[in-house]
Amino acid sequence: MIRKSLTVLVIDENHIRASIIEAGLREAGHQQVTVIHDVAGIARRIAEIEPDVIVIDLENPNRDMLENMFQLSRVVKRPIAMFVDRSDQASIEAAVEAGVSAYVVDGLRQERVKPILDMAISRFNAFSRMARELEEARSELESRKVIDRAKGILMKSRGLSEDAAYTLLRKTAMNQNRKIAEIAQSLVTAAGLLDPEES
Amino acid sequence: MAAEHRINAGFMPLFDSAVLVAAKEIGFALREGIDLTLNRETSWANIRDRIAIGHFDLAHMLGPMPIACNLGLTPLASDTVVPFSLGLGGNCVTVSNAVWAGMAAHGARPDLDPARAGKALGALIRERANAGGDPLRFAVVHPHSGHNYELRYWLAACGIDPSREIEIVIVPPPFMADALAAGRIDGYCVGEPWNSASVVAGTGHIATVKAAIWKTSPEKVVGVRKAWAEKQPDALSALLRALHHAARWCQDPANRGELAALMAQPAFLGLEPALQMPILSGHLALGGGAELSVGDFFLPFDKAANFPWKSHALWFYTQMVRWGHVAHTPENLAIARDCYRPDLYRSALKRLGVALPGANAKVEGALKAATPVGSAGASLVLGPDGFFDGQIFDPDEIDAYIAGQKLARAEA
Repeated sequence: MIRKSLTVLVIDENHIRASIIEAGLREAGHQQVTVIHDVAGIARRIAEIEPDVIVIDLENPNRDMLENMFQLSRVVKRPIAMFVDRSDQASIEAAVEAGVSAYVVDGLRQERVKPILDMAISRFNAFSRMARELEEARSELESRKVIDRAKGILMKSRGLSEDAAYTLLRKTAMNQNRKIAEIAQSLVTAAGLLDPEES
Repeated sequence: MAAEHRINAGFMPLFDSAVLVAAKEIGFALREGIDLTLNRETSWANIRDRIAIGHFDLAHMLGPMPIACNLGLTPLASDTVVPFSLGLGGNCVTVSNAVWAGMAAHGARPDLDPARAGKALGALIRERANAGGDPLRFAVVHPHSGHNYELRYWLAACGIDPSREIEIVIVPPPFMADALAAGRIDGYCVGEPWNSASVVAGTGHIATVKAAIWKTSPEKVVGVRKAWAEKQPDALSALLRALHHAARWCQDPANRGELAALMAQPAFLGLEPALQMPILSGHLALGGGAELSVGDFFLPFDKAANFPWKSHALWFYTQMVRWGHVAHTPENLAIARDCYRPDLYRSALKRLGVALPGANAKVEGALKAATPVGSAGASLVLGPDGFFDGQIFDPDEIDAYIAGQKLARAEA
């Protein structure tokens, strides 16, 4: 028996994350996927698309508006409920922790929706991991820049070699139980106060 | 001193989260042995979900929200109890400049008088309907909110059917002013500072205020996951004492500057301190240069503001029934009554020797003036607590009240 494939609407203000979800849905064989970044005029879009499943990120401040709309039958033709399987507390928790929520048309069987929610959860988690790594890489780069400037200040003011300047920073950090980047930042700040030319 | 209790709480960026914020930031929680973590949320739905799965033990909630949860009106509803109210009043009804001009042409004045403003709005609505115009669109923050119910109460009492003659939509509080400026809505009912935000921007006029529609009326509460409250009675009791001290601190005019600066921080409201002052002083700029001082505009502590009156819960229940959110049955009535827990408030505060109301419910609208009431030990002043239309809500006469509102609507 061939079942009509589910129509999925993804509401996410984050364009990158939305495309990651969309790609995941298409890979899983869902051809009817619509992505919306901006909720302006959402009632009309939902009426047009008639989604079976709506996936939304929890950071979206419009969830209260959407839930209210789902309850007003004159706006949406088919009643939409939050995807809550009381017997499956674990997946509710996993969804909230990942920052995603799903709403489904009433009467849709849980086992048809569960894979979509599971996929959304894993992609949301992957996106968060990626964002975190990106942030770490960015702060790593910032640290390196400030350490380079601190080294430059030491080389100039104390006539040290680059290696010796770095060793001094590292030793000071160890003695004070702080990060090298913190010591470097203090040095750059202090140098700026003492000699505005340096900063 | 190491904290004895760790409590996780959620809040929305609204000024009436101030008591929770002060409990954490000014140190009242720590003094009671509580390590309180505050988590800012982006929707009431998130707060509900995180309470349900145990991320939060308690949260800043709309007064009717825990009742709606316990009645099963929302998804992921978990049993929630209300042992503390976060204040009385604080909301306004703000309309666009165009709507205000239309209302003014029908007799509205910048005096916040709900009856006069409502009459003018009604005339404007009928004028638009006769001219074939679209109905005005008003926004509130949530269907199960004091905002929705007081807006509807005000309109209905002025002869406007809020279900047919206007459209009511949901907009998150921080987006209200933008939505009004962009013409997506014609008016809204929300807490401060989101009304003053439109006035300062020159895009809206405050037409009336919650404190005039229903004096000293309930707004936000602390909603506590019932399972947690039962498991951690000592932690809850300690928190209620911390909130009591924090609320008293918030009410003290000497602390206004510090509180405004605290709430202005990016972690809380992220808006300049000047915008926090109207709610604290009750001195409102209404738009178009008009200003007015409103008595009891927002009370975080005075007049038993923190007492979770059963009559407040029951009034919200009557409005849920009135607007078709729930059927009136003895079971539902009992659920609403049991949701607010003055007993928890009393047992936590008893040892402080502070003034406590003598009863758990009162006849709303009975006090025409501020009235000292007899209570255990210290003095306590209640009221005035009147509705602008002179109606009385007697929690012992629920059936008659519900029937009376139904009849009024049928005759309209």
